[in-house]
Amino acid sequence: MTLNEMKDLVLKYVIKEYIDDDDVTITYETPLISSGYVDSFSMVSLLVFLENKFKIKIPPSKATPEAFDSVNSIVALVNQYLK
Amino acid sequence: MTNHPTYDELSRDFSWSIAEQELEYKPGGRINIGWYCSDRICRKGDPDKIALYYEGFGGVEKKFTFNDIRLAGNTIGTYLRGLGINDGDRVCLFMDRIPELYLSFLGILKIGAIVQPLFSAFGDESLFVRLENAGTRAVITQKKHLSKVRKIRAQLPDLEYVIIVDGVKASDLEKGEVLFNLEKSDPVENFDIHPTTAESPSVLHYTSGTTGQPKGVKHVHYSLISQYLTTKWVLDLRDGDIYWCTADPGWVTGTSYGIIGPWSLGITQCVLDSGFSAQTWYKFIEKHRVTVWYSAPTAIRSLMKAGDEIVKSFDLSSLRHLASVGEPLNSEAVIWSDRVFGKPFLDTFWQTETGSIMITNFPGMKVKPGSMGRTFPGITGTVLDPVTYDPITENGRAGLIAFKPGWPSMMRTYWNNPEKYKDKFVNGWYLSGDRASIDNEGYYWFIGRDDDVINTGGHLVSPFEVESALLEHPAVGESAVTSKPDEINMEVVKAFITLKPGFTQSPDLELDIMNFIRKKLSPLAMPQAVEFMDKLPKTRSGKIMRRVLHAREWGEEIGDISTLEND
Repeated sequence: MTLNEMKDLVLKYVIKEYIDDDDVTITYETPLISSGYVDSFSMVSLLVFLENKFKIKIPPSKATPEAFDSVNSIVALVNQYLK
Repeated sequence: MTNHPTYDELSRDFSWSIAEQELEYKPGGRINIGWYCSDRICRKGDPDKIALYYEGFGGVEKKFTFNDIRLAGNTIGTYLRGLGINDGDRVCLFMDRIPELYLSFLGILKIGAIVQPLFSAFGDESLFVRLENAGTRAVITQKKHLSKVRKIRAQLPDLEYVIIVDGVKASDLEKGEVLFNLEKSDPVENFDIHPTTAESPSVLHYTSGTTGQPKGVKHVHYSLISQYLTTKWVLDLRDGDIYWCTADPGWVTGTSYGIIGPWSLGITQCVLDSGFSAQTWYKFIEKHRVTVWYSAPTAIRSLMKAGDEIVKSFDLSSLRHLASVGEPLNSEAVIWSDRVFGKPFLDTFWQTETGSIMITNFPGMKVKPGSMGRTFPGITGTVLDPVTYDPITENGRAGLIAFKPGWPSMMRTYWNNPEKYKDKFVNGWYLSGDRASIDNEGYYWFIGRDDDVINTGGHLVSPFEVESALLEHPAVGESAVTSKPDEINMEVVKAFITLKPGFTQSPDLELDIMNFIRKKLSPLAMPQAVEFMDKLPKTRSGKIMRRVLHAREWGEEIGDISTLEND
């Protein structure tokens, strides 16, 4: 899977699962946690999605609000754990 | 220096009439929280003082003077009256922390209606049970939350109006939906405030219990007396302070101490409506020169996790007083805040039902890190023997935290549920549902809940509610819900389930179940772990033994399992 394909996959999931308002535009750079679109409790379900989809294990210490704050940063994090 | 004499001096001469006199309230007379929080401050000569600095995501900033919030309350009240909303009607606030939330709170109270604030992250099921129970007549909400309201609207015959404060085109409105744009409305200068008195209902907050549906905690306008005095003495607010309460008004802290307390004292407060990040929070304190900060242990532990270095990047020297509420504040967090901010977070203890702070570390009082502090002056507290319900006189022995009823902000009942209300009292004591011990100096030390309710990040989650919702998932046969330890949130929800025939456990099914609960109830109620089991531990009569699962998660003794069903 290319980097852009990974980003598209994560972006689609975020929009489908966490964004109720159709008028909101989410891009690769949109802040997700600091904007309040994804709260800290919901971040856990996003983590599980990433681990399932990419067959990786992200250590709890790395699953920080900063690391999950945009599709770009999420994919960068995922990339570190892909074999 | 604090705002008042010492704890011992205040306790000796205490009477709630201190607050009545300062507020110029005469027993038997009119008392309206909406008026006290806005009109009275203007009348006292501070109409141009800033009441609210608001900062939303993306740099949106607004500010409102006390005269602005007075006019906004009048305008919203006039609009609601125009719709036919009357005193005693329940009006739900289902919004993010935008200015309209705070201003509508005042407007609803000014017409004598009852404010029903609900956390905007609630899913449709959580919203439905609370609106149905309250017989809510109107919901004030935002476009982004409208889909949840629309989903349940047809099942709520009492709900006449859905009032949307932003973003919807008139052509997109459905039956019973109306648009209200505060900024485009003509400000109402003169307004007849409903003549509410001490026992007139004011706020209806919902809280979760071990069994049954969430309970509506009814408060009255006289609660102001407690909220005013505890804000002044415990939060130590003074003229010139810039105050930040990080709680959402969907929960009681966000109304008692995020609206009523500070504004009845004429204090400027700040609201930050965006997600959490250490950087954003510190920047907010620096920018607004926050002096008094009331937050929660979960947030404090998250800040601790972000490290000490980041603190040094900001000028936080404006901070004078820090306090915490929601769950026990661990001693490490107290010591950490003392080190990095130069002052400790002082723990406070109270509940939705108590309406105001009951046990607290008083400014100027000796701080014992890890302790909840001592009872607020005028509050008679104790710990009761769990069997006899007699007060425990022995220092350090664990018991049930209980209070003598009679303080001004005590709940008046559970909405439509007088039996549950009655159950909260034994031998003339109000039972808090929490356990603690008291040391030889009268300091309380928290031990835990006395029931199965989960306190996650300072919010109560009913295991019953989550278990019931889980059963609506097509794959779930049986469910049991308990808590598991969590470094940041103290505890989080964990679900144990058995599957219906034809379903197989998988990571994707686990995620699907998590998201199902997140959307149906709320992110707080979402299990952060799902364990698939062949069978759940049950008594021989078939009752699921939640405590067996709880003990396993927490590494505790399981206790008596003589009634456990054998294989």
